[in-house]
Amino acid sequence: MSPRDRTGPRDRTGPRDRTGPRDRTDSGAGMGSAPATVLSVRDLHVEIGGSRILQGVTFDTAPGGVTALLGRNGVGKTTTVRAVLGLLPDGGRITGGAVTLDGADVTAEPTHRTVRRGIGYAPEDRGVFTRLTVAENLALAERPGGAHHYDLVHDLFPELLARRAQLAGTLSGGQQQMVAIARTLLNDNRLVIADEPTKGLAPRVVTEVAEVLERAAARVPLLLVEQNLAVVRRLATHAAVLDAGRVVHGGDAASLLADRELTTGLLGVGSRAPSGRASAPRGDDVLGGAH
Amino acid sequence: MTVTHLPAPDDTAAPPPPDSGRSGPRWRPYAVPVLVLVVLALLPYSALEIPVLFDGRLNSPGSLQLIALCLVFAGLALGYDLMFGRTGLLSFGHSLYIAGGAYGTQLAMTELGLGLLPAALLTLVLGTLAAVVLGAISLRTLALGGIGFAMVTLAFAQAGAIWIERNPGGLTGGEEGLPLHTAGVPEAFVGVANTVNVYWLALAYLTAVAAVVWSATARPVGKVWQALRDNEQRIAVLGRDPFRHKLGAFVLASALALLGGIVHLLVTAGATPHSSTPEFTLTLLVMVVLGGAGTRWGPVVGGVLFTYLDQRLASWGIGSEPMLILGTLFVLAVYVAPGGLTSIRLHRARRSAARADSRKQEHR
Amino acid sequence: MDTLVLLTLTGLGLGALYFLIASGLALIFGLMDVLNFAHGAFLTVSAYAAWQVLDSVGGMPGLLLALLVGTSTGLLLAVVVEFALIRRLYGRPRDQILVTVGLSLAIPALVQSAWSADARSFPVPDALDGTVTLAGAQVPVNRLVLIAGAVLVLVGVQLFLTRTRYGLIVRAGVEDRAMVTALGVDVTRAFTLVFALGGALAGLAGVLGGLYFGSVSPHQGTSLLIFAFVVVIIGGLHSMPGVALSALTVGLTQQYANYYLGGYGDLAVVVLLALVVLARPTGSGTSPVDRIRRRLESPRAAPVESVLPTGGTP
Repeated sequence: MSPRDRTGPRDRTGPRDRTGPRDRTDSGAGMGSAPATVLSVRDLHVEIGGSRILQGVTFDTAPGGVTALLGRNGVGKTTTVRAVLGLLPDGGRITGGAVTLDGADVTAEPTHRTVRRGIGYAPEDRGVFTRLTVAENLALAERPGGAHHYDLVHDLFPELLARRAQLAGTLSGGQQQMVAIARTLLNDNRLVIADEPTKGLAPRVVTEVAEVLERAAARVPLLLVEQNLAVVRRLATHAAVLDAGRVVHGGDAASLLADRELTTGLLGVGSRAPSGRASAPRGDDVLGGAH
Repeated sequence: MTVTHLPAPDDTAAPPPPDSGRSGPRWRPYAVPVLVLVVLALLPYSALEIPVLFDGRLNSPGSLQLIALCLVFAGLALGYDLMFGRTGLLSFGHSLYIAGGAYGTQLAMTELGLGLLPAALLTLVLGTLAAVVLGAISLRTLALGGIGFAMVTLAFAQAGAIWIERNPGGLTGGEEGLPLHTAGVPEAFVGVANTVNVYWLALAYLTAVAAVVWSATARPVGKVWQALRDNEQRIAVLGRDPFRHKLGAFVLASALALLGGIVHLLVTAGATPHSSTPEFTLTLLVMVVLGGAGTRWGPVVGGVLFTYLDQRLASWGIGSEPMLILGTLFVLAVYVAPGGLTSIRLHRARRSAARADSRKQEHR
Repeated sequence: MDTLVLLTLTGLGLGALYFLIASGLALIFGLMDVLNFAHGAFLTVSAYAAWQVLDSVGGMPGLLLALLVGTSTGLLLAVVVEFALIRRLYGRPRDQILVTVGLSLAIPALVQSAWSADARSFPVPDALDGTVTLAGAQVPVNRLVLIAGAVLVLVGVQLFLTRTRYGLIVRAGVEDRAMVTALGVDVTRAFTLVFALGGALAGLAGVLGGLYFGSVSPHQGTSLLIFAFVVVIIGGLHSMPGVALSALTVGLTQQYANYYLGGYGDLAVVVLLALVVLARPTGSGTSPVDRIRRRLESPRAAPVESVLPTGGTP
């Protein structure tokens, strides 16, 4: 991937027509033909603690660019991402459906194997190891047997180079998010998943994160869970909208975002107050949930 | 403290089984417990001989003593499950209240010259007050977040165990424990000839614990406990005070443990320092998990089974150490029956579960 | 003065023993959420294995051999337990803890039926049986051996944790195991590793404990384990020096209280724990005890809230 290490910041068209170098962790599956999609989720059902959180989620990530996974709080976006990675909490399990990565079924695969197929993951809470230094956080993300793009990371995040010996717990929220994103770009990945990367950040930092993600998307397809509609508008090329544990809308991001009814109704834009009963997944019998 | 907002359609004041809601006559929920109770109450009139399982007839003092001990532990396990399985509180200090009941009653008889009943009442009152204070401290640290209820209860219990073992002023008898102060106890509960009365006492204790635990968990407060176990934040959001409900469960369980300690003192005719150790609490945990935590019959079945095997294995000449077999059995049970022994039947035939379990129970 | 020196060194020796047990306990619990109740049983079995060796070989060569045999017994036992029992319950930490509870009941019983319930006297080599004069006090040599052993272990474990990739994985896993796997690391290998390390340290503690107490008994490990728990709770999971400091504090408190407060050393430790636990500022769910509680509660309890909608229920 090193030829692409140039720093073209607004390389928006790049990913779409790229038939670029395949990365080496992709062992075989669908080698010759240009892949239609990297990640494919089919009719995914997930239960957590007896509550049905996902009830048939189906979507594909676009072969390039940014696929945004949208929806109001609590509709199952994070659960979808976690199910893809096999990171469901205790008491959670996939009850139906399939997840394929480059054509390989990874539904029941241990997390580390799925990730080694070429996924970079920046979780909702950033998942930065606060008691490790910045350098150690990055070192931990190094996957054996591949190139490690420290040059790229330090180019994108010069601040991390300066703070490499600092404990990550002493960084600001924005800097921690940079560490989390840097970890996803260190290896050659087939897909980067970023779960609410701008959550809880100051507006100026949100812009910085969005810029970095934009540059990242020029190198690798991105699955983005995001509540900030401005960030979505700026980055997303494709979108899937979740509601009540299902994908209710999918396709081109621009046309979807132009649909005012859709953005207010399904994304909760404009009404950020706690969503009512209607948005709670069926079977979400919280108090009586355990018999 | 009304809890009418809780989404629990089966909130009724009567004590039906936790999984009520299935149709049937009103007496149905009571049928099995009453049947078990009647059989157990009439057991001393049976001269039945069951080879292997019991030495001698069922109504021989030895057999009755053994069954009485099983019943006491069933009650203790059921009381412990009120905290552990029903409310989600892991206490390592339950033994403090069991030993407190035994030693307190004994000392009130010997040192204050009280009779059994006043001594037991005094112990119960003082012990419950202590549970309120210690429970409030332990739980308050929990409510602050990040500090452990488990370890604070362990610390208090360990302090009690050390105090008993040190034999301060010759009060506790140290490692030897104390023989029951028979002078203060009504004659009906003393001596081999009166084992049957002790047996009925143990049965009464188990019945009382079952009545309290089962009816409490079927009431609204029980739903709050269950909700606390499953998701505390919900309860706080709904405006209930988690602290008060947890303290309620803690104090109630502790009072039942104190009572159990008193009965244990009479059944074993003495107070043993072992009853104060954290290992004692651990065996209660094992019983509860073995039978099925948070279920109706699980702790009872676990308590009876564990105690019976603990007492009988040695006499069967299998291994010299019952704990070796029990520990191994327990490890196996974790793999074979993760939800406890009672859950095995539940999976296959939910409806007849209660009946099946009670049948198991009767065979002990 | 000489009394104080003796008390201090004895307390440090005891603290060294606690450290050897608690360090493995902290690593296992920190990484795997398994509060290993069987850890004391590892120690006991190793102590008996060492006793067997010393009984037949004797002298300094016997002790060296016993150290080797004891340490590898602990290591092997831990690895077998991890492989045969714990690993099968991956993802069910509550059941993992319960299995170790079962083992903690069964193994001492096994030891008891094999070697009887009575304590066996541990044949300490003559070279370590005597005393040396330090600052006017007659200090038993074995105290110094224990302290030296613990210091070596502390340095070694610290180097492992800070200088190796596996150490990095372990430290990261203690903080957030799921995130380590999400970076493509197979943590189950690290599980076996910390179990092996913890078992080896418990085995070493078994041999050194035999030296310190001059005897072995079936429940030696179990009674030491309670204090090791206390050490872990006070010291936390995140740093070996923290565990070491906590172990020394507990050991010294116990010895001083035993001497100056008329034999109430154990009680003093409990009071110390209560004070620390009550006084510690809130840690919002990251303290060891809170993790234990969460793990043992209904498996549905903790995780659900993180995924459910945050508002809008009836």
